[in-house]
Amino acid sequence: MDEKKKVILRLENICQSYVVQNGVKDAVENVSLEIYDNEFLVILGPGHCGKTVLMNMIAGLEKPVGGKIFLDGEEIHGSDRRIGMVFQSMNLMPWRTVMGNVEFGLELAGVKKAERRAVAQKYIDLVGLTGFENSYPHELSGGMKQRVGIARAYTNNPQILLMDEPFGALDAQTRYAMEEEVLRIWEQEKRTIIFVTNNIEEAVYLADRIVLLSNCPATVKQVYDLSGLPKPRNMTDPAFLKIRSEVSANTDLAL
Amino acid sequence: MNETTNAMTNEQRVKLVQDQKRKLTYQSAMLSVAGILGFLLLWEFLAVSGVIESKKLSDVLQVFRLFILKFVDKKPDGAILPVHIWSSLEVALCGFGLAVLVGIPLGWLMGWYRGFDSFMRPIFEIIRPIPPVSWIPLTIVWLGVGLRAKAFIVFFAAFVPCLINSYTGIRQTKEVLKNVGKTCGASYFTVFWKVGIPSSMTMTFAGIKVAIGNAWATLVAAEMLASSSGLGYMILMGRSYGRVDLVMMGILVIGILGVVISALINLLENVVLGWKKL
Ligand SMILES: Nc1ncnc2c1ncn2[C@@H]1O[C@H](COP(=O)(O)OP(=O)(O)OP(=O)(O)O)[C@@H](O)[C@H]1O
Ligand SMILES: [Mg+2]
Repeated sequence: MDEKKKVILRLENICQSYVVQNGVKDAVENVSLEIYDNEFLVILGPGHCGKTVLMNMIAGLEKPVGGKIFLDGEEIHGSDRRIGMVFQSMNLMPWRTVMGNVEFGLELAGVKKAERRAVAQKYIDLVGLTGFENSYPHELSGGMKQRVGIARAYTNNPQILLMDEPFGALDAQTRYAMEEEVLRIWEQEKRTIIFVTNNIEEAVYLADRIVLLSNCPATVKQVYDLSGLPKPRNMTDPAFLKIRSEVSANTDLAL
Repeated sequence: MNETTNAMTNEQRVKLVQDQKRKLTYQSAMLSVAGILGFLLLWEFLAVSGVIESKKLSDVLQVFRLFILKFVDKKPDGAILPVHIWSSLEVALCGFGLAVLVGIPLGWLMGWYRGFDSFMRPIFEIIRPIPPVSWIPLTIVWLGVGLRAKAFIVFFAAFVPCLINSYTGIRQTKEVLKNVGKTCGASYFTVFWKVGIPSSMTMTFAGIKVAIGNAWATLVAAEMLASSSGLGYMILMGRSYGRVDLVMMGILVIGILGVVISALINLLENVVLGWKKL
């Protein structure tokens, strides 16, 4: 079975440190990972452990002090259009409409207006925002804004989608709904997704595999294979609860 | 009770909200008109009753009559009012326009490119605190008392706020929005163009508004010191001839033109920053 899985992204001994007031702060230490094509990988870690730093390095937004990143077998340096990102915080351009935000990447790539409109519309429909094309971000709810962020990332047609705690700022109700949405979208438009969260339940609900990180500096503590648990999962299912408490017992407390 | 509220149709509700809004707009407009009328009445009272002697304060009607008359009468300062207004506007627009064209892009570039900032910063920091009017003597030596000399002084008055505000505005571009650009594969310059500049627009417009105020104020000072036409010059002549009515009329025209220019800039801002309103 392992033979059939194609490795699309490989991290090799990734390290990141920062010079701070009293010396050097290590944020990520020797993280090595293989991510398979079209899998839904969840990176689970306590608050401030270095999850965003790790994502930023994969997205090419900052350079690791040590280690290498391989995409499709080739080492990459800096950002790459094949890797898209849905950001953790408020990340829409307030001066652009929903359509304007979603088509942003294609506009930068020089795609003609009619064509990029068509592609953007497809993903606006996919995330369920049909009818809101001409609304501005401040007219949308938190959940709708994250839908726009997801549509924007898909529109660039990346092979890998990084999602950095995309639902962290949403209320519980909206969060459950968005988790279902993101699974539905993933089933419909298969891509490799690396989804970051500090919420164990969310991780167990979504993941094919969970990578559990330690407290800061982040290291890989354990990897869980959840492919035996069929989706959509029921959060009150005994198998679900079992793996949930297993992961929970192993998780560091956030400092 | 509940039944009556339930019975209210959607149209009735919309009408009610609109009526309330209209009433508020009407009230505030009325108060504004009342404010102006009150001011004019007080002025007229002070002038006519003799509380302030007429050598020092002309009455409203006299100033208004002069305003009309000056459209055809060259006396006593040698030119009709439209000529003075045009002369002032021409200088203001040249100096201010140049300041916008130079100051804003310079601020954007300094705010975006670190190296360029380090290079330009010291020069700018020295020029910044120099009061614009202190350029006047040097300007007279260099450029005489014509359009170019005055535009130069106005330029300095307007240039500083344009630069500082566009600089600060682009500096405040959200990191995450820059990252959105980068993950879309954009170059640093493209991110500057597509993310940095739009982000800075609110601050940039604040700078433009400060700049037009500075430009207008400095212009009148420049015209009083180094000119042979313009509204500032007309006021100065009014003083020399002991014509309080002319001085007062000149001041009012300057004020009203200032309001008109600000309104035009606000109009432009509404177009550019239209997304802020619903
Ligand atoms: N540029 C930087 N300079 C110094 N320290 C940094 C920098 N970026 C991150 N850190 C530190 O690295 C650690 C990890 O930060 P990171 O943002 O990756 O946490 P996180 O796991 O994403 O947390 P959260 O769950 O709150 O999003 C933090 O302690 C943070 O202070
Ligand atoms: Mg984070």
